[in-house]
Amino acid sequence: MHELSLCNSIQQVVNRAAGDRTVTVVHLRLGRLRQVVPDTLRYCWDLVTADSPLAGSELAIESVAVSARCNACAAGTTIADTLVLLCCECGSPDLELLTGEEFLITTLDLADSGADLG
Amino acid sequence: MGRFHRHDDDTGHGHGHGHGHEHEHDGGHSHEPEADLHGDHSGYATGADRIVVLERIFDENDRRAAENRERLDRAGVLTLNLMSSPGAGKTTVLERTLAAVPDPGRIGIIEGDIETSIDADRLSAVGARVSLLNTANGFGGECHLDAPMVANALDRLDLEGLDLLFVENVGNLVCPAEFDVGAHRSVMVYAITEGEEKPLKYPVMFRAVDAVIVNKMDLLPHLDFDLELFEKNLQTVNPGVETIQVSARTGTGMDAWLAWLRRAER
Ligand SMILES: Nc1nc2c(ncn2[C@@H]2O[C@H](COP(=O)(O)OP(=O)(O)O)[C@@H](O)[C@H]2O)c(=O)[nH]1
Ligand SMILES: [Mg+2]
Ligand SMILES: [Zn+2]
Repeated sequence: MHELSLCNSIQQVVNRAAGDRTVTVVHLRLGRLRQVVPDTLRYCWDLVTADSPLAGSELAIESVAVSARCNACAAGTTIADTLVLLCCECGSPDLELLTGEEFLITTLDLADSGADLG
Repeated sequence: MGRFHRHDDDTGHGHGHGHGHEHEHDGGHSHEPEADLHGDHSGYATGADRIVVLERIFDENDRRAAENRERLDRAGVLTLNLMSSPGAGKTTVLERTLAAVPDPGRIGIIEGDIETSIDADRLSAVGARVSLLNTANGFGGECHLDAPMVANALDRLDLEGLDLLFVENVGNLVCPAEFDVGAHRSVMVYAITEGEEKPLKYPVMFRAVDAVIVNKMDLLPHLDFDLELFEKNLQTVNPGVETIQVSARTGTGMDAWLAWLRRAER
C-alpha cells in the first residue's frame, strides 16, 4: 500500500533533523486508525534507506490504540481492536476521537560520535 | 470532511491546549522525554545522543493540499475527490454527469486512476477538460494520489475556465483516505456487486466521504445484495452520510446525483 511513500516522507524529515549525524533508531508514534502495517513499514524502510546514510537504521514503532469520548453517555472509552468507532458502553457512533490518528516522528537515537575529543 | 481535518498529536505545542478538540494521550507515553518538548519552536531539540523531532508525517502533504484548496477557491472551482474500489464505476458516473450538463467544457477532470489509462480519452470524448496524472512519477504513488501530484495536474488546467473539478482517485479503499489532495468534498462510488460489508472492513475510507453513490443498481435483481444492511453498515461508520442510488449504465438516479452536485456548488 502506501508504506513506501510514507517511508520517503519519514526519510526526508529524519535527514533534515539529523543533518550529518548518524541515526540508529527512528522513533515513531503511530495511531491504529492510520491503517499502516508496522511490519510493512519496517520492510519498506529498509528498501528506501538502502545505500543511503540511513541504511541499517531501525524504525521503532509505538502503536497508539484508538480512544474516544462518547458524546451520548460521556464514557471515556477505548476501542482497541476495531476501526469501527462505536462507544463500548452505549454503542453510540457519536464519538470524539482522543487518540488513534497520530503519525509522527518523536525522537531519533544517534550513534556515539566517537569524535568527542575532550 | 471527516478524515482530512485531522489534528494528529500536537504534544509539541505547549500553547495549544484549551481548544475543544485537543488530544490527550492514553497514558502510554510517559517514557518519552516530555520535558524537552515545550517552548521549542524550531521543531528540533538537541540532546546528547537523542534528537527530539515531533514532526507529523503528513504535515508536508497537508500543507500542499491546503495550497491546492486555496488556489481552487481563488479560481472559484468546486473540487470533488472521487474514490472507490477498482471498477466501481467512477469513470462511467463521470461520463453520465458530463452528458447531463449543458456545458461540459466547464468541468475539469484530474484522471489519476492508472488501472484504466483509457479513462482520460473516454472523458475528453464527452467534452471535459482532462488532466492526466503521470502516477509513475511518484515513488510508491501508484496506490493513491497525493497533494503534490494534484498540484502538478492543476498546473495543466485552465482553472479560470472551470466551475467544477473532479479528481478521479486511484481505485483503492485504503490509501486515498490518508492523503488530502485539496478537494472541497469527497465522494465515494460504491458498486452493489461489492457486498454489504465493505463499510465495516474499510471504515476509515467510508468515514472520510461526504456522500456515497451506490452504483450498478440495474444489477439488483440479479444479486442477493441487501440494500438495507449495506445502509445500516454505512450509517454505523459514517452517521448521517448521504447515499444516492444510481445506475451509471442506464442513467437511473442520475438526477438525484446532479441535484446533490448543485447543492454542493452553493
Ligand atoms: N451493470 C453496470 N455496470 C456498470 C455500471 N457502471 C459502470 N459499470 C461497468 O463497470 C466497469 C467499470 O466501470 P468504470 O467506470 O471504468 O469504473 P472505475 O474503475 O471506477 O472508473 C465497466 O465495465 C462499466 O461499464 C452500472 O451502473 N451498471
Ligand atoms: Mg476509472
Ligand atoms: Zn456512550
